[in-house]
Amino acid sequence: MDISAIDNSFLKHGTKYKGILGWLMSTDHKRIGLMYMYAIMIFFVVGGLLGGLMRLELFRPGQDYITAQTYNAVFTVHGVIMIFLVVIPGLAAVFGNILMPIMIGARDVAFPKLNLFSFYIYVLGAILAIASQFLGKGAPDTGWTFYAPYSTDTNTNVVAAVLAAFVLGFSSILTGLNFIVTIHRMRAPGMTWFKMPLFPWSLYATAWIQLLATPIVGITLLMIIAERWFKIGFFDPNLGGDPILFQHLFWIYSHPAVYVMILPAMGVITEIIPTFSQKRIFGYKAIVFSSVAIAAVGYLVWGHHMYTAGMSTTARWFFSLLTFIVAVPSAIKVFNWISTMYKGSINLQPPFYFTMAFVFNFMIGGLTGLVLGSLATDIHVHDTAFVVAHFHYIIFGGMGFAFLAAIHYWFPKIYGRMYNNKLANISCAFIFGGFTLLYFPQFIIGMQGMPRRYFDYLPQYEWAQVFSFFGAIVLAVGVIIMLFNLIKSARKGAIAGPNPWNGKTLEWTIASPPTVENFEEIPVITEGPYEYK
Amino acid sequence: MLLQVASNFVEGVDKAFFIIMGIGVIFLVGLTTLMLVFVFKYNKKKHPKAVQVKERMILEVTWTAIPLLIVGFMFYYGYIAFMPMRNAPDDAIQVTAVGKMWEWNFIYANGKESKKLVVPFNKAVNLKLISLDVVHSLYIPAYRIKEDMVKGEEGFMWFIPTQKGRFDILCAEYCGVRHSYMSSEVDVIDEDKFNLWLTIIDKKSNKEELPGFLVLKNNACTGCHSLDGTKLVGPSFKGLYGRSEIVLTNDVERNIKVDEEYIKASIVNPDIDVVKDYNKGLMKSYQTVLKDEEIQQIIEYFKTPDEK
Ligand SMILES: [Cu+2]
Ligand SMILES: [Cu+2]
Repeated sequence: MDISAIDNSFLKHGTKYKGILGWLMSTDHKRIGLMYMYAIMIFFVVGGLLGGLMRLELFRPGQDYITAQTYNAVFTVHGVIMIFLVVIPGLAAVFGNILMPIMIGARDVAFPKLNLFSFYIYVLGAILAIASQFLGKGAPDTGWTFYAPYSTDTNTNVVAAVLAAFVLGFSSILTGLNFIVTIHRMRAPGMTWFKMPLFPWSLYATAWIQLLATPIVGITLLMIIAERWFKIGFFDPNLGGDPILFQHLFWIYSHPAVYVMILPAMGVITEIIPTFSQKRIFGYKAIVFSSVAIAAVGYLVWGHHMYTAGMSTTARWFFSLLTFIVAVPSAIKVFNWISTMYKGSINLQPPFYFTMAFVFNFMIGGLTGLVLGSLATDIHVHDTAFVVAHFHYIIFGGMGFAFLAAIHYWFPKIYGRMYNNKLANISCAFIFGGFTLLYFPQFIIGMQGMPRRYFDYLPQYEWAQVFSFFGAIVLAVGVIIMLFNLIKSARKGAIAGPNPWNGKTLEWTIASPPTVENFEEIPVITEGPYEYK
Repeated sequence: MLLQVASNFVEGVDKAFFIIMGIGVIFLVGLTTLMLVFVFKYNKKKHPKAVQVKERMILEVTWTAIPLLIVGFMFYYGYIAFMPMRNAPDDAIQVTAVGKMWEWNFIYANGKESKKLVVPFNKAVNLKLISLDVVHSLYIPAYRIKEDMVKGEEGFMWFIPTQKGRFDILCAEYCGVRHSYMSSEVDVIDEDKFNLWLTIIDKKSNKEELPGFLVLKNNACTGCHSLDGTKLVGPSFKGLYGRSEIVLTNDVERNIKVDEEYIKASIVNPDIDVVKDYNKGLMKSYQTVLKDEEIQQIIEYFKTPDEK
């Protein structure tokens, strides 16, 4: 095969600008998506190193390498970077941008300039987040949750960090708006709602959450700033405010935000399984409706983060009941994924291995979520290492593995080249093994009562910290192998061709990498997205 | 379980754990096995041509209905184990638990104060929960209970200790630099011993009767500055007045003697002269928090010599 496809692609042709400016000024959804990807990868490595620093400090009890104050700043920054700069934009900003327009048969998103603008808001937010670590009286030490009145009281540089989260929220809102309009207005002729592939569907549900829930956290963060600067009492009891109000407002956003993270991940998995099983997805409509149900009911369960926070008893059991109900659509998706494999012709390629790891991790994350949704058991494990483990199983084991699956799935489409399969499988094994070794022990010490955000701990919890530390090392080795493989292959890999996996969705009908315009002629859609014969 | 069984709530909570985790493990093992079986059996090499199966409505309805029933069942067990936690008996022993950065204080009805929570075996105890500053959370893993302490609000938690001995009390809600050291213990003893213990009220020293001491305690100063010479976040208050210290002023070392001026300056502008080996930026200015009169009282307290 020749490399003319790469020479004709969006990678080589952009705007009127040349070189780096051709990227920075480009309104091409694919270039913007790639810029997000590079930024997110860098922040992921930074956030991961901070996580490693915590594991190193926790390796033995007592103070070893950093002080308690530094440790508190490190877990705050780790949380802020990972949540606001990596996971929330994550799949939607990267693969949503690069692939969603192609998958619905469009040449770009509805508002390409707004799309570039969203990217720059993201960059501004990122700069603020990093600046907050160095400016003023020390790095923020509140945790990514910014609970009042600690956050309105502490001496550290909370305002800058809060402002960063506020600015990043706007980027998220605008991306959501852009996607909603794109999906409503720009589907190819003949692509009815129920002929649309499921990744765009999941982005559509996600976009509504971004649009409706993000403003709430924006206002809340502004209230913190108003309280700190102008002494207006919203949350601080010394000023007549109510600390619990903060928790309500924070979780009204932050619970749905979990779905901003995980719904697109489910969408990715829903694309990969049919392709590598060469089968129609089982229960297309059930998957659509469960995405919409998750987005809708997900607004009403925030109180499960506050069972111990002095809510009324009625509120506590009601939130618990709703939380259990919202678990069902996620379970349905798992059943659908596994039944899609039934009688397929399964091609065991790296994206599929990552997908299997995702399904396994996601089940553990989901089932331990039930422990946290249940009243009596949550009272015991709330705010312990159990929550830390559950959260990382959903976000890293779920969203993170889906992200890695997505990279390996669409890599040949984006770069026109293929990576080394064997290395990819080895990196998958290391990442999965390291991940399990790192987080699984935390479930157990959480059940034994080890609280989270502890700089130091009682001797009975030491064994798990040792396991976790070695898990982190294995995980890091896996990430290094993976990055090495991908970076090298993006330049030197074998030419992949337009459809290396025999996929059916529209992105596999065009050149790899796509041209600037994506389609020479907009296709007319006559059948569903996964019509394997 | 992996933990001590030491209160009346443990049985219900552990049962809910067992049911939820048990069902969870069955699903996890079942579905993972199924996935692996499919991957082996329908591998491309053995099964080169996929067979498109028809969707069956009945299957989808079943696997929506069964999980709904199961989660309903799980909810129920969590609910019945939880509800008693919110209904304390009227005849429970009342203790006020005060959380502040970074220590616990337990105050009994007769005015007795203790850093440890001493309670009689097999008697209901009701803790009134109060915070003096940020949110804390009183957590007793061996009892499976936890409840936040929020300033301006009054919470409660109750329990019956069903085992004698000592059990950890931890703070579960992140509360700042010494969060992980904010611990204490429940000490469960026989009732007659407890009654005896309750009557012994430590006589406060004259120095502790001074109003300045109360100011220091109520503003949680003693969370960072020990009274017994231990090095915490900031320098100890023990023997403070008249002590010579090396301080860093704009990164330049100089020798000072702790006097009225220095104490006042350190309360108002804590970052100007920082004692060597301690960090800047950890203490906020108390200028707007303390009245001048209270600062005077603090200075009076420091000036008073320790009694033997
Ligand atoms: Cu939640
Ligand atoms: Cu605390």
